[in-house]
Amino acid sequence: MTVDVGWYMALAAALFTIGAIGLLVRRNVLVMFMSIELMLNAVNLTFVAAGRELNVLEGQLSVLFVMVVAAAEVTVGLAIIVAVFRRRATASVDELSGLRG
Amino acid sequence: MNPELIVFVIFAVASLAGAMTMVTARNPVFSAMGLLVAMFSMAVFYVLNDAHFVAAVQVIIYAGAVMTLFLFVIMLIGVDRAEDTTEQIPFQRPIALALGAGLFLAVLLAGWAGKEAWVTGRGSTQPDGALGTIENVSEQLFGTWLLPFEATILLLTIAAVGTVALAQFFDEPRESAVAAVPAGAGDAGSDE
Repeated sequence: MTVDVGWYMALAAALFTIGAIGLLVRRNVLVMFMSIELMLNAVNLTFVAAGRELNVLEGQLSVLFVMVVAAAEVTVGLAIIVAVFRRRATASVDELSGLRG
Repeated sequence: MNPELIVFVIFAVASLAGAMTMVTARNPVFSAMGLLVAMFSMAVFYVLNDAHFVAAVQVIIYAGAVMTLFLFVIMLIGVDRAEDTTEQIPFQRPIALALGAGLFLAVLLAGWAGKEAWVTGRGSTQPDGALGTIENVSEQLFGTWLLPFEATILLLTIAAVGTVALAQFFDEPRESAVAAVPAGAGDAGSDE
């Protein structure tokens, strides 16, 4: 173990935080979606680093399943975005206020 | 200086820069490029952590397929749309940054404070070595984890069918959809 696992965890925490801030700050629904992808990737990094620290393979298998679920999520999410864009002609979440009470 | 540390530092800086670019870029295409850099750096980290097969999957699926899909949708929706930067919620940005910094510190504290190790648990007695080779991964995936693996097939099928259904449903009844939601309905309903 030449690079301590703590550095990977800290880096993953930083990437997750950047993704969370991007989700809160940005209005473009595509960029918000990319922020979610970044957060998923950061969590994957912690799985892989922890799996190496414990010398088990389950961390990597979890990452594979997370990737499959994320791929399905991206497909459906982008389809929803395109469908919304066709009806409203906007990619900004501020203008999608049809459900406000 | 050992080689792993050098590679780690280089790609840590690259991934953080890519992530910051993704959040701060005005143009969605630049955001996608920043995310691409971050995802490629992630593949390098996977290789450093003995996850060779996962690294290959990361490059093929994320950096390849998912980012292509993102770029496709960005081009479809329109690149030249400037994002409205006026804040609907007062002090949204400072509050978001403060919450993010708090989240970062909380995660670090939760992961490290009071313990002597980041990762605790029952380790394997297998000898060190190439952990994530295709042979090892496939042995586990098609042995112990066969049922979850087959469940992902169902999930992907549902996702594909759902995408096609979304494209179908929102294509045909355009007039009826517009008629069902008359202009100004949202404003009128907001008083209730």
